[in-house]
Amino acid sequence: MKNVRYIKLQRKIIAITLLVALTPLIILGATIYFQFTVMYKDKIEEQIKYRSSAHAKSIGLFLKERTAILSAMADTHTLQELMDKNNLLRIFKIMNTRAGAFVDLGVIDNKGLHRSYVGPYELTGLNYYKQPWFAEVMNKDVYISDVYMGYRQLPHFIIAVRRQEGLKSWILRATIDSDIFEGIVRSAQVGKTGDAYVINKDGLFQTRPRFKGGILSESNLDTTLFGGTTTVNKPINDTGMKRLYAGSWLKNDKWLFIVSQDVSEEMSGLFATRNLEITIIVLGILGIVIATVFTTRMTVTHLEETDAKMNELNAQLSHSDKLAALGKLSASIAHEINNPLAVILQKTGWMEDLLDEEEFRQSKNFEEFKISIKKIEEHVERARRVVHNMLGYVRKMEPCLEDVDINKTIEQTIVILKNFAGINNIEIKTDLSTDLPIISGDQARFQQVFLNLISNAIDAIGKDGLIEVKSRKVNSRINVSIMDNGPGIAEEMQSKIFDPFITSKEQGKGTGLGLWVSYNIMDKLGGAITLESKVGKGAVFTVQIPIVYPEKK
Amino acid sequence: MQRPKILMVDDEEDLMKTLVNRLNKRNFKTTGVLSGEEALETIKKDPFDVVVLDVKMRGIDGIETLRELKKIDPGIEVILLTGHASVDAALDGMKLGAYEFLMKPCKIEELIEKIDGAWEVKTERDKRIRLAEIRKTNASAKL
Ligand SMILES: Nc1ncnc2c1ncn2[C@@H]1O[C@H](COP(=O)(O)OP(=O)(O)OP(=O)(O)O)[C@@H](O)[C@H]1O
Ligand SMILES: [Mg+2]
Repeated sequence: MKNVRYIKLQRKIIAITLLVALTPLIILGATIYFQFTVMYKDKIEEQIKYRSSAHAKSIGLFLKERTAILSAMADTHTLQELMDKNNLLRIFKIMNTRAGAFVDLGVIDNKGLHRSYVGPYELTGLNYYKQPWFAEVMNKDVYISDVYMGYRQLPHFIIAVRRQEGLKSWILRATIDSDIFEGIVRSAQVGKTGDAYVINKDGLFQTRPRFKGGILSESNLDTTLFGGTTTVNKPINDTGMKRLYAGSWLKNDKWLFIVSQDVSEEMSGLFATRNLEITIIVLGILGIVIATVFTTRMTVTHLEETDAKMNELNAQLSHSDKLAALGKLSASIAHEINNPLAVILQKTGWMEDLLDEEEFRQSKNFEEFKISIKKIEEHVERARRVVHNMLGYVRKMEPCLEDVDINKTIEQTIVILKNFAGINNIEIKTDLSTDLPIISGDQARFQQVFLNLISNAIDAIGKDGLIEVKSRKVNSRINVSIMDNGPGIAEEMQSKIFDPFITSKEQGKGTGLGLWVSYNIMDKLGGAITLESKVGKGAVFTVQIPIVYPEKK
Repeated sequence: MQRPKILMVDDEEDLMKTLVNRLNKRNFKTTGVLSGEEALETIKKDPFDVVVLDVKMRGIDGIETLRELKKIDPGIEVILLTGHASVDAALDGMKLGAYEFLMKPCKIEELIEKIDGAWEVKTERDKRIRLAEIRKTNASAKL
């Protein structure tokens, strides 16, 4: 299970890393998107504006051409000539072949009377005096009307030019083919939502729009919003959908040519780009998050492992420090204890000697004295053994160096113990490697260690069992393992087993120093003793001896 | 059989006196002193057969005392008493001609065993010296 401390650390690292990594990414994404939107919108506006002005130019040209040819006809003919219907028809034909899009042609005198007419309607003899455009033409020489119904009760518009002949003036008037005009206007319609139409100053449709509304109906556009030559506007319509309107003034600012487009349609490119950007950023974020979490996990796990190892090492270090300090302390204590022990032993011995004298033999407590003295001697002996075992290790701090054959040392040790083991029906088997090198060391010490370990195994088994002593060369060490099938050692005891005075033997039988002394001996030599055991499964003590080759003589 | 004359040297008075008492009770002729200096004084006045000498003492230590004793009387046998810390010193002492060393605390029986051993060696040597001297006087008598 992971420690809360590490989980917190992991969270903190992840949070900070993500914050640092993601913040600039998101800001950059947003900025790019914003800038791009602005640019894109500008471009759309630019485009629609360009379309509007380009088409307005061609519409203007269309009107100008028609006006020009009409003017030319009026200039080159007298009223008299035009009154002749055949002449008028010839002119009408010329006009249609040269420019086209004329529906009819008529001549009107200054009284407003339609004097001559060629075209599909019966308009000859009608009086236009009351019509609003009539006054305008009389004033202005050239006039293009708004779309109106007129006598024919069909929406149409006319171009009229006035000529002065002496005192009389007359008017040459032509109707423009609405279909052709509309066709020109509509050529500016693009896409699914694009529209193009003409409205007059009052906002009435002069050509049929593509959507909603018919000719002469209200367009609901505020024409005052459009100034200059070409302007773009974005009034929000009733559906809430944004539309762009680019208007260009025509016909001396009487007509407004509108090109309109749903913003959304034009923006689809932008949306695609935005979606792509969002996808890339989201994938990036995902990647960063996964990488961050993954690497952080790895780092924290590694850290945790290292910490654990460090702790273990520290524990081991302080443990061996403790043992070393204990060693020094107990050595000095042991020396101090030895002298009083010697005195006690001799004093009791003296009492024992004296008890042998005749007068004491008569004493009724003679036996009691004798027993007490024996007990004192026994316990002095016990104390002496404790001190002796302790000093056994402390005695010679610097080992004497000799050539040691580990296998031979093991065999000698076993010989010492064989009898005792045999009595208790304990077999001691050996499995000794034949390729052990002769090493330089202190044989007595190795013997002391083996003796301690093997006699511990014998003691642990008690009666009937097997001990196996194995020697192996492992890398730069010789491992000697002593395995028994005794009761084993409980897990919670294993960490303490090498401490001094830890014994399970009854009082007076074991000092609890055997393993401690052995451990210290091996530690001093740069080796180690390790333990593997399970309760009920016996124990294996392994002595690791560093190989030190003897100096060649 | 003749009993050896023993000099017990130890600065731990309780121990020294008790050992003297116990040895005397076993029919040894034992004298006790508390320091190396005293031991040397005593031996100059009066010859002893075996000296039981503590290695670690205040004043001049056991090894130094041993060296001096051997100068005064090369034939004297010395048994060293040592604690654990002075085993190496005791081994040095053996090289200087001490008969044996014993680790404290030790049982009286062990001590007596060593004393007997030392006495035997000494009497054996004294006997050979005497025989050699007899041979020598005989040889000179023949001349
Ligand atoms: N092979 C083993 N199997 C089971 N327990 C063991 C084994 N070796 C040691 N022990 C346990 O470890 C304890 C400590 O052993 P250690 O050699 O330090 O002291 P001891 O044997 O009790 O005393 P001493 O060595 O002075 O006789 C033993 O009392 C025993 O309980
Ligand atoms: Mg033991």
